[in-house]
Amino acid sequence: MDVRKTYKLYVGGEFVRSESGRAYRPDGSVNVPRGSRKDLRDAVRAARSAVGGWSARTAMNRGQILYRAAEMLDGRRSQFVDVLGGGRASAREVEQAVEALVWYAGWTDKLAQVTGNTNPVAGPYFNFTIPEPTGVVGIVAPEEPALAGLVRRIAPALCGGNAVVVLVPESHPLPGLTLAEVLATSDLPGGVVNVLAGYRKELLPWLAAHMDVNAIDVAGCTPAEVASIEKAAADNVKRVVKRPADEMSPHLITAFMEMKTVWHPIGV
Amino acid sequence: MAIAKRSRTELATQRFEYAPAPESTDHVKIEKRYDLFIGGRMVKAHSQKRFPTINPSNEEKLSEVVEADEVDVDRAVKAASKAFDSWSRIGASRRARYLFRISRILQERARELAVVETMDGGKPIKESRDVDIPLSAAHFFYYAGWADKLEWAFPNVKPRPIGVAGQVIPWNFPLLMLAWKIAPALAAGNTVVLKPAETTPLSALLFADICMQAELPDGVVNILTGAGKTGSLVVSHPAVRKVAFTGSTEVGKLIQRSLAGTGKRLTLELGGKAANIVFEDAPLDAAVEGIVNGIYFNQGHVCCAGSRLLVQESIFEPLLEKLKIRLGTLRLGDPLDKNTDIGAINSKAQLEKIAGLVESGVEEGAELFQPECKLPERGYWFPPTLFTNVSQSYRIAREEIFGPVLSVLTFRTPDEAVEKANNTPYGLSAGVWTDKGSRILWMAERMRAGVVWANTFNRFDPTSPFGGYKESGYGREGGLHGLLPYLELS
Repeated sequence: MDVRKTYKLYVGGEFVRSESGRAYRPDGSVNVPRGSRKDLRDAVRAARSAVGGWSARTAMNRGQILYRAAEMLDGRRSQFVDVLGGGRASAREVEQAVEALVWYAGWTDKLAQVTGNTNPVAGPYFNFTIPEPTGVVGIVAPEEPALAGLVRRIAPALCGGNAVVVLVPESHPLPGLTLAEVLATSDLPGGVVNVLAGYRKELLPWLAAHMDVNAIDVAGCTPAEVASIEKAAADNVKRVVKRPADEMSPHLITAFMEMKTVWHPIGV
Repeated sequence: MAIAKRSRTELATQRFEYAPAPESTDHVKIEKRYDLFIGGRMVKAHSQKRFPTINPSNEEKLSEVVEADEVDVDRAVKAASKAFDSWSRIGASRRARYLFRISRILQERARELAVVETMDGGKPIKESRDVDIPLSAAHFFYYAGWADKLEWAFPNVKPRPIGVAGQVIPWNFPLLMLAWKIAPALAAGNTVVLKPAETTPLSALLFADICMQAELPDGVVNILTGAGKTGSLVVSHPAVRKVAFTGSTEVGKLIQRSLAGTGKRLTLELGGKAANIVFEDAPLDAAVEGIVNGIYFNQGHVCCAGSRLLVQESIFEPLLEKLKIRLGTLRLGDPLDKNTDIGAINSKAQLEKIAGLVESGVEEGAELFQPECKLPERGYWFPPTLFTNVSQSYRIAREEIFGPVLSVLTFRTPDEAVEKANNTPYGLSAGVWTDKGSRILWMAERMRAGVVWANTFNRFDPTSPFGGYKESGYGREGGLHGLLPYLELS
């Protein structure tokens, strides 16, 4: 007889039920917590408290932790293949997810070198531009591929030093919720990644309108959802990241970042 | 010490009389009325509506311009779309040469442009002459060189132009903002429809003439005058694929909302409420100059103005004394006079906004200081103003005033300075004054702002990216990063 797993949300480094006490059964059997607006607010608060510490980590350290996440995921390959439905396609998808984590792990300490500059201004200043995390990022993961699609967005956002609030696919939440278990054992500080499941229509409007979310990634949204997100995002000039769902690029990392330019005086 | 102090004060408050030194205007020809620049020439507008553009320093009408309507906007966008096909393909080095040519003409016609800028906008001639126009020319020169080097800037991602860019610019640096918008757009291979601000259309119309003089291919640049309505028609035109706006956060949000779901690319450069932070080890005299330059430059009509002065408590009194003395020496008056430090407020509406916010500061309990300052009888003027005893919750400490009004707050520790500086929804710029290099970088790291100036303020350079965090907008103008808003990368 199996010891079954209770699927939970992952907020502030803890596995929790929805405060609403609600659940839904997307595949007809497993109970999945149906996150509420309050859960979302808690997740944003957890992300906000975590982002300072995470972004202050050295780039090397962030890279090591992302690599550790790849290791943890790799160690659970067979579990994820099962969660994804089994077969070759699932195995390929897990490999893609591992690859994304490894790839972005290697970017943390190279990004500023590739996307930052020193600028030869006409004056006695050492002027440089460096990327910095935008802060709290909301990620709406694509329905498919449920695991690789999610990892391909979380990894670049974390790589840049952001904290994220993730809405896993409504119809296919288990890979994302299971990924939280990987992240929880990767030395990521609590609150850096927060994973919510539930009805998209109950969570998305609040994520898009939340005044303490700096950017929202809409890779998993329909055009109609994108339009309403963009409208709500304007309330705090939120960055809406609209880029191909399968993109792997340093420009995707900087889409979750701000460029800061510093004028430092030169003189004796 | 007391004696030295008194004599310094006396010296500084002595009246220095300056003979008038106005820049002549005889070499400038402003037409009675202007048409629209569409498809490479000045064309008669469909719109019958015209409005005057006035000199804010004497309220005299300078000219009349068109309030472009839907038909005019459609014509301009069509001209830009048509031009895009060839402009994006003519060969990058030829694009570069046109931009170099424009840059050179801007330099050749610098004096004319400076005078017109000052007459139309009210800014001191020494600023338009020494800042606005040279930086505009430098911006075109810088981006000219990028036109045929894009693949080196963005390897592996095939940089391509987007299409027609709709650009709406503000009235505080009319020609410079035009340069910030048009130069990178054209270098990247886009074509543009640009709307200058309602109160300062003239330098953009002169720029139209410069495009013709440079024999820029027809339709690559189109310039439509008008007010907010025209701007909204430009950004909402379906054939416009990229929108760039510089202006208030309020309007920026409206634009972001209105473009929702259209798939258009958008960059916003919006308001600010920058902290200018002075530590006790800062060179005080230099800091005073920097504070003055930070908030009274261009009458404070600067989105990145250092409008919140954060002073370390231990030097509050000596710094304030120096600052007040310095304010007394600022010369306010005829913007065309080469000795003028503070020109006219750009418009009546802006003057009323500034006055209203200053009134709120007094009502909320802040202490007002204004140097003795005679305001001209005609035109729109506001004296340099400083508030002490300001709480962070006061409107003057939270809202962008966009005028010559400084709010002074204090702090004890670097952490407190960081906390207060970042306590705003804006995040455009910040200033740090200290003698210690390590502290500069420590502070710079913690400022949630796109530009951090150390021991200087309000400095700009075409190679240096500029733009905001948070509600100050997104996207960068200037530098290599300034190309990104105008490129598709894949």
